Amino acid sequence: MPGKRTGGGGDAAPLALRLEGISKSFGLVRANRNIDLDVKPGSIHGIIGENGAGKSTLMNIIYGMHRADEGRIHVAGQPVDVRSSADAIACGIGMVHQHFMLVPTFSVLENVMLGTEGGMFLREGRQAARRRIMELSERFSLAVDPDAIVGDLNVGQRQRVEIIKALKGGANVLILDEPTGVLTPQEAEQLFDIIRVLRERGVSVLLITHKLAEIMAITDTVSIMRQGKMAGHRETAQTSPEELAELMVGRKVLLEVDRTPANPGNVRFSASGLGYTNPAGIVELADISFEVRSGEILGVAGVSGNGQTQLMEVLAGMRPLTAGTISILGTEIRADTATSPRRIRILGVGHIPEDRHHHGLVLNFEARENMILGFHDSALTGTGFLMDQSAMSSNCRERMAGFDVRPGNPRLNARSFSGGNQQKMVIAREFSANPGVLLVGQPTRGVDVGAIEFIHKRLLALRDAGCAILLVSVELDEIMSLADRIMVLCAGRNVGIIDAAAADRRTLGLMMAGQRQEGAVA
Amino acid sequence: MSDFFFQLLLILDSTLRIATPLMLCAMAGIFSERSGIVDISLEGKMLSGAFVAATVAALTGSAWAGLFCAMGAGVFMSLIHGFACITHRGDHVVSGVAINILASGLTVVLGIALFRRGGQTPHLPKEDRFTPIEWIGVSVLDPVPVVGAVYRQLISGHNPLVYGALIAVPVCAFIIYHTRFGLRLRAVGEVPEAVDSAGVSVAWLRYRALIAGGLLCGIAGAYLSIAQGAHFVREMSAGKGYIALAAVIFGNWRPIPAFLACLLFGFLEAWTARLQGTTIWLLQDIPTPLVQAMPYVLTVLLLAGLIGRPRPPAAIGQPYGK
Repeated sequence: MPGKRTGGGGDAAPLALRLEGISKSFGLVRANRNIDLDVKPGSIHGIIGENGAGKSTLMNIIYGMHRADEGRIHVAGQPVDVRSSADAIACGIGMVHQHFMLVPTFSVLENVMLGTEGGMFLREGRQAARRRIMELSERFSLAVDPDAIVGDLNVGQRQRVEIIKALKGGANVLILDEPTGVLTPQEAEQLFDIIRVLRERGVSVLLITHKLAEIMAITDTVSIMRQGKMAGHRETAQTSPEELAELMVGRKVLLEVDRTPANPGNVRFSASGLGYTNPAGIVELADISFEVRSGEILGVAGVSGNGQTQLMEVLAGMRPLTAGTISILGTEIRADTATSPRRIRILGVGHIPEDRHHHGLVLNFEARENMILGFHDSALTGTGFLMDQSAMSSNCRERMAGFDVRPGNPRLNARSFSGGNQQKMVIAREFSANPGVLLVGQPTRGVDVGAIEFIHKRLLALRDAGCAILLVSVELDEIMSLADRIMVLCAGRNVGIIDAAAADRRTLGLMMAGQRQEGAVA
Repeated sequence: MSDFFFQLLLILDSTLRIATPLMLCAMAGIFSERSGIVDISLEGKMLSGAFVAATVAALTGSAWAGLFCAMGAGVFMSLIHGFACITHRGDHVVSGVAINILASGLTVVLGIALFRRGGQTPHLPKEDRFTPIEWIGVSVLDPVPVVGAVYRQLISGHNPLVYGALIAVPVCAFIIYHTRFGLRLRAVGEVPEAVDSAGVSVAWLRYRALIAGGLLCGIAGAYLSIAQGAHFVREMSAGKGYIALAAVIFGNWRPIPAFLACLLFGFLEAWTARLQGTTIWLLQDIPTPLVQAMPYVLTVLLLAGLIGRPRPPAAIGQPYGK
């Protein structure tokens, strides 16, 4: 495979895309500084960098959504002036955005047509678009039904629609911005197959990601960005995840979590026969039993959407328990016990929710206000009728320093922090209540490498301090490197619990598909 | 029976006349709201249209000149709304209310300045207005029972703007569902990012939607002052813009259902007007204000989810761009 790329007169063909000295500032922020980039035709070129390193800005410049302050863009050897997305499309550049640009109420056909309707009336354009979809889906093995309503499709299918949209005008360069962020591992695998087909058919793919494993798995060449600058270009075959991580962060990073064996104590948190039936009468969780001891992490693995979210929300008191019992630090909760997130919290449970934007933070509130969410009636906001603003600020500043939240400004809205720093704020808040039991959902989703390392370290430190931790994550690697025991959920049921030391990806993969394994405790 | 039939015919005839400005404004509302712009300013645009139509018709003696200038006035008000909401990312409701207040005050001030009749415009003679058109064959069909009466009362004998409104509905439906502009319009109200990334200007698309709405509101205004009425009276739009907006919501932002909602609201008003002082049919003792409040009551019930579920365009009211 690598021989194919370098040989065959690759030097004679013009570069698919060439950037020279691209710079872009937003006010005082210099998002891109003097960026150079060469993309060979028919190759998969990765761009990796932490959140906020300027990857998205650079892609938006190539795709005409932003205009560079300085620098030149060449497409297929020709200098081009990209002033809008329409210009980019005309130059043969297509883009699949991180957040899909699809109209959910439209059919696939209408979504693909949008922008290139082929005339005043839709009638004739419809036929042409249908033919084009069929042609593209055959050529690049992108199976979609043109008449399906996009809102009914799953994420993987929607992404295929996005790719068809990007390719419909005959794009030679396809930009994929964080394409696997929303996909299950299986869907990501399918996407990689599609990307390989694209390369075979001569399309150059620019893959933007912050996941090292993806870069290593699929790209031919990789460029690393750090703080708005290019930190280096590498042939993927000649680099290593460690080197890439170091280039991204600017210092050595431990990719493997350095952990000591667990020293479990008493059972602090347990569930027996736990079940949840939603208001529509659908059984979402059934017969789940587990126990978590002091000083251990129980990981919950499973393909996304197999009941992990519901389990977390039932345990946190956000949804009612409909069957079985939960025991928290000696207090028993039954299906008929009136409960609430507040009562659960008072029992000594901390909760880092899966979706920090909806359940963890109020994005339009200041950092110091977010830092007291759920603890607003505790002493730190003052005992009287009014909140003690200066105590809130100083408390927030202290926690921000302790958890390396940057910038450390308590008056800034939560929205203006990066994903990693938002997550650190949630963690800082929950950790400082000193919980006896901690529920953690997707602790590193959308978080950059440097912050992942930090969060993992803090979770292990909390474990060693005696906390009982239940960890839900869609990243199997995260579960395998943090958890002491792993419970696998499939279709809302517990497939089994195995020792992390005995777990490998294959066993876990089979369990995630619902197959019981020997040695697993149900 | 024949008396009942005759009464019904009169109510339906008057339904059509009452519903005409509602239909025009509802179509205008569908254009702007489908593009993502909250259009509470239908009222103000219609009122400006009414004033300009009456003024121009009075000064030039031409109903057509009045109509065209009214359309221009509607577009002008729409552009103010667009400038505030699209270009400057202002709050749509605040801008809309401002336009309504502006129209309400400005029409009276200009009216007094121009004509010194306390805000009214001079009474227009028949030739300067849009008058009912008698369709051919009325006298031929007249002797035929039922058909003759329906043809004479309901189909024939309306002014051109009534027919214009009736044509506007299918034309709007066609534009929205079967043209390039319509596809983009529907998309921009749902996911403007998708339109932008497809290389289409969100701002220009929304401006065009507002312009289309302004034209229709102008026609509705002209209908009030130079077709149905014979001069401009202060506040003559009398909340019709809001009722049209209720019809848009009631019709789930779709032209044909919104049209039916306009007819329903028109029917309710025609019915109360007919009922006053008469003792026909049943339920004649229902207080008029209650029936007049029906469009609003029905809309509130709808929004509360008691009759179906309205599904507004997803991106409505949200400014777009960095």
